[in-house]
Amino acid sequence: MSLRSPLGRVLGLGSAKDGTAHWWAQRVSAVALLPLTLWFLVSLLLLPGLDYASVRTWLALPTSSLLAVLLVGSLAHHSYLGTIVVVEDYVHSNGAKLLTLLLLRFAHVAAGVAATFAILRVAFGSPGS
Amino acid sequence: MAEFFLPANSKVGRGRTFKAAADAKHVRVFRIYRFDPDTAGNPRIDSYEIDMDSCGPMVLDALIKIKNEIDSTLTFRRSCREGICGSCAMNIDGRNGLACLNACADVSGDIRIYPLPHLPVIKDLVPDLTDFYAQYASIKPWLQTRTPAPPDGERLQSKGDQERVDRPSACILCACCSTSCPSYWWNSDRYLGPAALLAAYRWIVDSRDEATGERLDQLEDPFRLYRCHTIMNCTEACPKDLNPAKAIGEIKQMMAHRRQ
Repeated sequence: MSLRSPLGRVLGLGSAKDGTAHWWAQRVSAVALLPLTLWFLVSLLLLPGLDYASVRTWLALPTSSLLAVLLVGSLAHHSYLGTIVVVEDYVHSNGAKLLTLLLLRFAHVAAGVAATFAILRVAFGSPGS
Repeated sequence: MAEFFLPANSKVGRGRTFKAAADAKHVRVFRIYRFDPDTAGNPRIDSYEIDMDSCGPMVLDALIKIKNEIDSTLTFRRSCREGICGSCAMNIDGRNGLACLNACADVSGDIRIYPLPHLPVIKDLVPDLTDFYAQYASIKPWLQTRTPAPPDGERLQSKGDQERVDRPSACILCACCSTSCPSYWWNSDRYLGPAALLAAYRWIVDSRDEATGERLDQLEDPFRLYRCHTIMNCTEACPKDLNPAKAIGEIKQMMAHRRQ
């Protein structure tokens, strides 16, 4: 049992003077995702077929590859911002929290870079490959 | 990790049943959470059958009747019995509210009464509100100024300025909102909770207060303020029809506004 005063416990380590940037970034990425996701879904529906050749023809257009890269970036960023909040909410032991936050960050960067690389490879790849 | 199951010593067992008189016509069953810190036993649910013909309409009337006539060991807080003191906040039929403002007739079936959720229980329906009050104290709930008060009168406020603090000032600190908030359940050691944040808002928007910036500085924290995920249980639970969720949203907007 701690003999620290309740007010002392509540004040704890003080205010981190942080959190607003995260809150704002979450909203900015959400606003960006709205048109990008709509564009992506509509584009997929309008494709003549889902075979490699038709997807490549579509993705090789500069607008398509650019928007697709933006979508992947916004999605990875938004997902990262959201999932770290879940971890902060539920994981209370410092070691496990640190490890999960690290893994989440690595996973999101890796997924974002891999998806971007895939888009560019398809967009710049030869029609036959 | 967050605990999703009750620890072994908090598992609730079945308690005693107090039967109504045989000639009672309108019997209702009150299932009430009981915990006695003086015995080693687990909490239990006691059942009290009450003849509503000889009982007042509110849940608090029934609790007082039980304590006076059936089982004097039942422990709960109550004072004003008209929704202004906030003492009789408890979980009635799965919702946080004041026993004095909840009519038994509004509950269908057995009336289940538990202490406010996710707080340490001192005894029966009495939770430990120590940290809740400390959180309230931490936001400095008093007027802070640098300009000296006018020597010949009070600090003036326009009618519109007063209306901004009018509603949030009506908070009675019953803790119904904070203890209905899942974010507060999982992180009440670091998240201030809707009641304390509504109180902070009340002073942030007070036109006479001159510590607005310092108040926002103190709240700008991933846990103190931003653990609010706009679940809105607070606004749903408030027995005074206040809107802590909206106040927290406005605080977040002020945080963004002052950096753009």
